[in-house]
Amino acid sequence: MNYKHVWAIFMARNLEFFRDKAAFGWNFAFPFLIIIGFSFIFEGQSHQNFKVGIFPVAEQDGLFKQTTVPAAFQNEKRVTFLAMPDREVGEKLLRHHKIDLLLDGTSTTHAYYVNNSSPNGYIAEKLFLSSFIDDESQPAVKGAIQGQEIRYIDWFFPGLLGMNMMFSALWGVGYIVVRYRKNGALKRLKATPLTALEFLSALTLSRIFLIMFTLAVVWYGSDLIFDFYVQGSLFLIFFFFFLGGLSLCALGLILAARGTSEEFSSGVLNFITWPMMFLSEVWFSLEGSPEWLRKTAEIFPLTQMLQAVRKIMSEGATFADVQGECVFLLIFTALALLLGSILFSWND
Amino acid sequence: MNSHNLILEVSHLRKVYKQIEAVTDVSLKVHRGVCLGLLGPNGAGKTTTIEIIEDIIPATSGEILYKGEPRKKSFREEIGIQFQHTSLLNYLSVKETLKTYASLYSDPEDLTALIKRCDLASLLSRKNDRLSGGQQQRLMLALALINKPSLIFLDEPSTGLDPQSRRNLWSIVDTIKSEEKTIILTTHSMEEAEYLCDQVAIMDQGTIIAEGSPKALIQEHCGTSTITLPAVTDTALLSKLSYPIYQDKDGIRLECRDIQEAIGQLSKININLSGMSISSANLEDVFLRLTGRQLRD
Repeated sequence: MNYKHVWAIFMARNLEFFRDKAAFGWNFAFPFLIIIGFSFIFEGQSHQNFKVGIFPVAEQDGLFKQTTVPAAFQNEKRVTFLAMPDREVGEKLLRHHKIDLLLDGTSTTHAYYVNNSSPNGYIAEKLFLSSFIDDESQPAVKGAIQGQEIRYIDWFFPGLLGMNMMFSALWGVGYIVVRYRKNGALKRLKATPLTALEFLSALTLSRIFLIMFTLAVVWYGSDLIFDFYVQGSLFLIFFFFFLGGLSLCALGLILAARGTSEEFSSGVLNFITWPMMFLSEVWFSLEGSPEWLRKTAEIFPLTQMLQAVRKIMSEGATFADVQGECVFLLIFTALALLLGSILFSWND
Repeated sequence: MNSHNLILEVSHLRKVYKQIEAVTDVSLKVHRGVCLGLLGPNGAGKTTTIEIIEDIIPATSGEILYKGEPRKKSFREEIGIQFQHTSLLNYLSVKETLKTYASLYSDPEDLTALIKRCDLASLLSRKNDRLSGGQQQRLMLALALINKPSLIFLDEPSTGLDPQSRRNLWSIVDTIKSEEKTIILTTHSMEEAEYLCDQVAIMDQGTIIAEGSPKALIQEHCGTSTITLPAVTDTALLSKLSYPIYQDKDGIRLECRDIQEAIGQLSKININLSGMSISSANLEDVFLRLTGRQLRD
């Protein structure tokens, strides 16, 4: 292998990436936007909220002036109270799931209305009923979870980075090579002494470099904002991101080996990325899902990478604890690289 | 020319794509320092032939010898190629593109000299996707010359160029020729072939149907001159003469080797010579005669 050749193509690809403003911006802006969006949904002021209507109240300002709503319920932070001019209006909103509970503000018997098909209505009802428990009753005992509480954002963040890596690796290797093949850029390179191994190595290294660079910037930027909880080694986390990125690039090379149609390649890429995105626990845990589904998800490199990263990040796992994932990713990468290089063709 | 001067020898080349036979049987010899033009109508198999010789696509059968031996790994170091359809990395500048490609060769050309030769000095900072057709062709030519090749392939280098760009390209190719480099070019332009090529091979339906210098081919396949008479001329009178006669919308064409003699004979049979024009046969006449006037796709 001629390393001068690899370096030349590596640099050329990097320049292409950094100058393609759309791709460059997308790779950096997308994870930030997603993470900020999710932080608003799941953190701070935007926690689960129940809407309770009270009738007959003409104005929002005078909501509790002449009502019999228990004081404990009035002070419930998870409830937003809305003024309803009369029962009819309130029932209509209740039927359409616009509010979760409707209270008769003048009733001395705490009369209320609930839509029985509404899950939120059920919880709001429980909150309302629990507010009647007087001081002499047995107080409810609330248990606290032991250790550091993991926020959803701490659990979700590696998944988001993994998803970004997956798209960057598969599209940045697979799709780019197909485009090069179609527009004749590959043919031009074939006319030089550059070998297929040198070309594919340069392409993979370039993409890995860009993935790790993007990852580092997004990690650092997000950490400044959200102060992620990392129990294990940061170095080990980045090592697994590197391994995962490598395996995803290798998967991209298989697609890049023969594809000649950008449209067909897009279809294949979607066929690969969508199941990975949903089954590799990027967005949600597969806990409780059928056993066969969880076993199927194990074959994806993204699943293995995210499992390892989350164990290190949230549980403080050491290398010994995640060596199974490491071996899987190494074998997957080696097999995919081998297959990609055997199948690779410069020509269309 | 002796066999010592032979740089390329192609024997019984054949290429079959599934059910289409693109190249049937091509054999040719190219001598050092010669500019060989591969001519032919669309679909004749020129590009397939040239790409097999370049080692871009494999042949179904046949043999190719470069300097008397099968092509080795070093073949790519010694050849330069300008493709008919190709592309470069879009976001790179001309200078970066030249540097990238120069890095892929063990003994690249001095870039300053190459930039001057291909008139790229004013374009160095321009991105590849911002180049005009002529500028792009000059860059592609520079890339074909970047490794000081001894054998250069130019696949329809002037297609889509305006007359100024075409003349500029010809002058660069002329300079390359003066350095005794061997050039194989395909073209649809007979004017280009006549101007640049020492030898031409005319291909049709996957095989070479005529080969030689442009002058020899004209001599062999066409009368040296054509007399064109107005369409109203009496063809019955003309048929008394022994010259080949063709009629089309431009008038009646009569091909002859000796113009003086032909005009004398036309006068003898009282043909009105006013409106007559005389032109010498060229490579296009040879091409059309050999490949026919039927439209190709």
